[in-house]
Amino acid sequence: MIKLKANFKYNVIWFLIMVAGFYLMNTLILVGVIDSFIENMLVTIGINIILATGLNLIIGFAGQFSLGHAGFMAIGAYATAIVTQTNSTPAGFYISILVGIVVAIIAALIVGIPTLRLRGDYLAIATMGAAEIIRIIINNLKITGGAAGMFNIPQFADWPTVYIMVCVTTIIIVNFIHSRAGRAVTSVREDEIAAEAMGINVTKWKLAAFVLGASTAAVAGSLHASYLQTIAPNDFGIMESISILIIVVLGGVGSITGTFVAAVVLGVLDTVLQNFGTLRMVIYAVALVLIMIFKPSGLLGTWELSIKQLWRRPKRKERVES
Amino acid sequence: MNKLLQVTHLVKNFGGLNAVADVSMHLDNNELVALIGPNGAGKTTLFNLLTGVIPATSGSIVLSGDHGTYPLNGKRAYKIADMGLSRTFQNIRLFKNLSVLDNVLIAMTSKFKEGFIPTIFRFPSYYKTEQQLVEEAQKLLAIFELEKDTDVLAKNLPYGTQRRLEIVRALATKPQILFLDEPAAGMNPEETANLTELILKVQHQFHITILLIEHDMSLVMSLAQRIYVLDHGSLLAQGTPDEIKTNPAVIKAYLGEEA
Ligand SMILES: Nc1ncnc2c1ncn2[C@@H]1O[C@H](COP(=O)(O)OP(=O)(O)OP(=O)(O)O)[C@@H](O)[C@H]1O
Ligand SMILES: [Mg+2]
Repeated sequence: MIKLKANFKYNVIWFLIMVAGFYLMNTLILVGVIDSFIENMLVTIGINIILATGLNLIIGFAGQFSLGHAGFMAIGAYATAIVTQTNSTPAGFYISILVGIVVAIIAALIVGIPTLRLRGDYLAIATMGAAEIIRIIINNLKITGGAAGMFNIPQFADWPTVYIMVCVTTIIIVNFIHSRAGRAVTSVREDEIAAEAMGINVTKWKLAAFVLGASTAAVAGSLHASYLQTIAPNDFGIMESISILIIVVLGGVGSITGTFVAAVVLGVLDTVLQNFGTLRMVIYAVALVLIMIFKPSGLLGTWELSIKQLWRRPKRKERVES
Repeated sequence: MNKLLQVTHLVKNFGGLNAVADVSMHLDNNELVALIGPNGAGKTTLFNLLTGVIPATSGSIVLSGDHGTYPLNGKRAYKIADMGLSRTFQNIRLFKNLSVLDNVLIAMTSKFKEGFIPTIFRFPSYYKTEQQLVEEAQKLLAIFELEKDTDVLAKNLPYGTQRRLEIVRALATKPQILFLDEPAAGMNPEETANLTELILKVQHQFHITILLIEHDMSLVMSLAQRIYVLDHGSLLAQGTPDEIKTNPAVIKAYLGEEA
């Protein structure tokens, strides 16, 4: 019971941090420090955080190398574009998110059940292929507007919506990782044969991580479509999957904190370098190569920010001193 | 009376190689049985068949329970583990980058259920189950004098301790039958003596059946109630330690290997 209270305390602290972040942003926008240009950047960063935390769950914790994350994002984006065009209300928007999640889960099961039996490179190729198939289907359907894409999607996602969704999806994924489910998923990454011999249904837990990652990607897609109001099949190609992967690898495979840091760093870098024209891609690439050479485990490795440990460290010191 | 585990005409071929050739054997309740044989005899392969890590070419494995008999052939390894067969590995297969405590908690996954919603939203019921899990794991770790190392990463443990942790992890699945694949490999005589005591303690305290692969004959002779000898995939002999010690075929197989 004592422990329960302590955990409640840490959860409250996290909650207060989230609320404080919200009001900080709100104030900065009111004062004019954050203009629409910066707001745009922050929303993009938020959407990338949702995408990359989900992918980190699949790659960093379940150890399954998926290269098709943009495919699930596309499903969410088109679900929102199509549903909100016929039902242009906030309720319609939230229904569209749910539709996106459900379709993404079905797609993840169809892709995952046969492919998660494969290992390493095969899985990467299979998921990449699956995302391409999703893109090509969208490219050829009438309801999705074909190759031209969809325009004038009603804007229901503003920065507070994105902020709240970043918080919600992160809470879901972090709590999943730090639980019985997360331990089972991580054991699969560590040693499939040993996990199975200890009673872990390896296929089931791989699939659970894959499906959860896919459904948060769909949420990110919905936000993307509703915020930008314009989408096209080519927004969700292999390049998008790779840029999500870059965030995960740069931040640290297996560190959600790292994913946050990398998404912010890359988001800011991307915006700042826009003035450099073509040189931008070169600087971007060189920065990545340097980090991969000098810190191959990513910026933060597998380190996680933990209020619990921050809280306890000073206390432990006090005890030693007294 | 049904045997706890009955193995009949079990065969495993790797291409042209008969790694396990027509092995029939059984295990009784609360027995400590040893499986010995020269290198490459097929001992580990037999363990892999019994625990479902690899499928058998032919033959049957049947487990007897309170409510009848259950064939284990063709079952996935996690299902077999759920039915109470657990094991350690010859070349240690711990979850290296995870803590000692997590290694044990993972083995308890299928014995404790937590719903998705209570987990995600951290309901009090979630914390209660976690607390129960951790307490049970710590009790188990304490029996093996590992309670001080709960937060240490498995890969940072000394070799002998890693072997001990593998036994704890296997016990955390609450097995009826425990398969130990060379638990004393790489241990010094003192560690081996400790291990011998520990295995006896496990057998009595947890009321389980143990099948043990071991090259250390002093350990085998002091622990085993019965011994199976495997050579080139077939059973060469079976019997009590005294019978095996004086069996000419066994002596020849071992001397032949050394010559
Ligand atoms: N997956 C496999 N594919 C092909 N051959 C295999 C495989 N596993 C084992 N073997 C072969 O089967 C035979 C039996 O091997 P096994 O590992 O079961 O022997 P063992 O009795 O455990 O030996 P040791 O005492 O050295 O551990 C060996 O010849 C080995 O090379
Ligand atoms: Mg062996």
